[in-house]
Amino acid sequence: METVWFVIVAVMIAAYVVLDGFDLGAGIIYLVVARTTEERRKILRSIGPVWDGNEVWLLAAGGTLYFAYPLLYASAFSGFYLPLMIVLWLLMLRGIGIELRAHMDNPVWQGFFDVIFSVSSALLAIFFGAALGNVIRGVPLGSDGYFFEPLWTNFQIGPHPGILDWYTIMTGVVALVTLTAHGALYVSLKTDGELGQRARRAAAAAWPVQLLLTLVSLVATWFVRPSIKENYLSHPVGFLIPVIVVGSLVVMRLATRDGKELRAFLASCVYITGMLVGAVYALYPVVLPASTNPAYSLTIYSTAAGHHGLVVGLVWWTIGMVLTLGYFVYIYRMFRGKVQLDGGGY
Amino acid sequence: MDSALLIHRLHFAFTVTFHYLFPQLTMGLAPLIVVLKTMALRRNDEVYNQAARFWARIFGINFVLGVVTGIPMEFQFGTNWSLFSRFAGGIIGQTLAMEGMFAFFLESAFLGLFLYGEKRLGPKGHWWSAVAVCLGSWLSGFFIIATDAWMQHPVGYTKAADGSLHLTSFWALMLNPWAWWQYAHNMSGAGITGAFAMASVGAFYLLWGKYQEHGKLFVRVGVVAGLIFSILQLFPTGDGQGRMVAQNQPATLAAMEALFKSEPGAPLIILGQPNVAEQRIDNPLVVPKMLSFLTYKVWQAEVRGLNAFPPDTWPDNIALLYYSYHIMVGLGTLFIAIMVVAAFLLWRGKLYGARWMQWILLLSLPFPYIANTAGWMTAEIGRQPWLVYGLMRTADGYSKLVSASNGLFTLLGFMGMYTVLSIFFLFLIRREIENGPIAQPAAH
Repeated sequence: METVWFVIVAVMIAAYVVLDGFDLGAGIIYLVVARTTEERRKILRSIGPVWDGNEVWLLAAGGTLYFAYPLLYASAFSGFYLPLMIVLWLLMLRGIGIELRAHMDNPVWQGFFDVIFSVSSALLAIFFGAALGNVIRGVPLGSDGYFFEPLWTNFQIGPHPGILDWYTIMTGVVALVTLTAHGALYVSLKTDGELGQRARRAAAAAWPVQLLLTLVSLVATWFVRPSIKENYLSHPVGFLIPVIVVGSLVVMRLATRDGKELRAFLASCVYITGMLVGAVYALYPVVLPASTNPAYSLTIYSTAAGHHGLVVGLVWWTIGMVLTLGYFVYIYRMFRGKVQLDGGGY
Repeated sequence: MDSALLIHRLHFAFTVTFHYLFPQLTMGLAPLIVVLKTMALRRNDEVYNQAARFWARIFGINFVLGVVTGIPMEFQFGTNWSLFSRFAGGIIGQTLAMEGMFAFFLESAFLGLFLYGEKRLGPKGHWWSAVAVCLGSWLSGFFIIATDAWMQHPVGYTKAADGSLHLTSFWALMLNPWAWWQYAHNMSGAGITGAFAMASVGAFYLLWGKYQEHGKLFVRVGVVAGLIFSILQLFPTGDGQGRMVAQNQPATLAAMEALFKSEPGAPLIILGQPNVAEQRIDNPLVVPKMLSFLTYKVWQAEVRGLNAFPPDTWPDNIALLYYSYHIMVGLGTLFIAIMVVAAFLLWRGKLYGARWMQWILLLSLPFPYIANTAGWMTAEIGRQPWLVYGLMRTADGYSKLVSASNGLFTLLGFMGMYTVLSIFFLFLIRREIENGPIAQPAAH
């Protein structure tokens, strides 16, 4: 049962990163690829009806993590106190940036929210990447399962690291580049004309960096946490994951070149999922490794909620997920195709 | 009090109080928008559609603020109250996760359609999107109330070997009697905010002499809904909620009423300031024996005062609890009076000419917000010193490794952020009201 919920939470987090990832990415490239008011409105229109629903995956994944692994939620959220608060402020700024911008047709007002939206999107991508980096690298857990990490110490990896060190900054940059490409591919899929072209060129330009960073991060992760190879060696089927990651990168490149927008975007979805699955495959059954003493690491067994709750949860979670998939299919079908500006709304 | 504890309490209190200014309006407006959409569909009159679109714009702004200020609430259980989360997360995590799965997905999916999809959906489809948004917001309210109700009146749990609580009965959690009374009371409170907001804007247009047709419609719908919700707020929901407190949190009841000593035929205090040090009421204005009657329906019944309970189980801020409760009840009574008079005028066909009543409706706008806030303060301060009633003290629930200084840093950050949000909010709402219900919707 603990493993079932581990898979469910991982799937929900992956869904969040893939879905909210493209609207974060659209925000990152927003100022660069969309130059006229019309083009900016097109990007906003392409994410307008869906970004909030995408962000709900974060809340739903958080809530699910909370009830399935209360100790993990308690420990990680209080330990990552400062960066989480900054993430909250960025989420707020980004939300009002998207939604309040359209309420006034004034270049100063819109220019202000344009910058708020784009900068907060980029910073969120970096913070999410750094968060994943922290989970892989490990945190200074005490014997009681709690820790408190400062924002940075000496940027070195040791038993008492900060949120930001060279490794987590690198994972932050990986996330930034990955979501830049992801968002660019989404924008090229959803818009046409000059804007779509520019978005495609942005994705093409990000690709070599993405390839290089993928390889560097693999090596760096090997160096930071040598134990990642254990699960792979004991269950070699896991070696398919890096193959899929590299394969999806190749597909991304070819499809972008050939103008196959949907295929390129889906390949990016697979790439992101592959990177995340690769990380959790290595960690399982640990959910928060300790940098202090490996015995203090939190696992799915030491943090799970009671059995009855987990069983009942499975029932309503399944019902809720079926409903949710229904809404998402409906919404994305409703707003399918290229964005057209036609005045007063869809 | 330990300064970290104080900071963490203020942190949650500040962020949740600010947050709830927005959902109380969206939950209250949602059914009224459905009413307007229904009337538009049945009478095929564009005024109703314009009215629905206008309130949807107001709803949309409030919804965004509700969403962005709501995300920190879920996070704070883990960040600031981690010992509590470890202790009770296996139970309240259920309701919080269900809120995400059943309410937020529904609400966010259909709000986009409702705000931007009117042309694509057609009138019938658009009506359904309004219903879905309404359902989502009311479901969201239920899961949050079920969470709070469990903290007020824990049910369906067992204590595990590691000291944390495990769920033993999902249905006990869902059917917690406290949750249903509290939900009914809270939602009719939200209905009051929505109804007064609609009536107030309508009265503003009537007084201004612009958008008369819309103004009359807003006043009409607002007053009828306001009358219904104001009465429901007192009976049966307020009465039922009061009985829950009397039965399950007797020390809280004594502190709310500032009844320091047990007595038969206890009086109901209408006005007066509790003097906690000397355990009496200064400047009292009381109705003799009324508290006994209201609580037990017997004039001579003995009501237990604070002296019947160990002082370490008394709510830790008796004066604030007493004032919150009395402000809530006083305003609730006032709302009934206003809406009864306004509804009478409406029935006699005199409301649209009664400028004095329109002024009252216009100026009453802030008071439902104050009453709802005071009601929540009564519930939360009343539960003290417990975080989970009878099971965990508030002082044992916060994150011990998050220092007072770090808590203060982020509290100040939230204060700054919310000041900025408030300025944008007031600016945009003022603009929407001034632009009026006929204005073209903003192009997204």
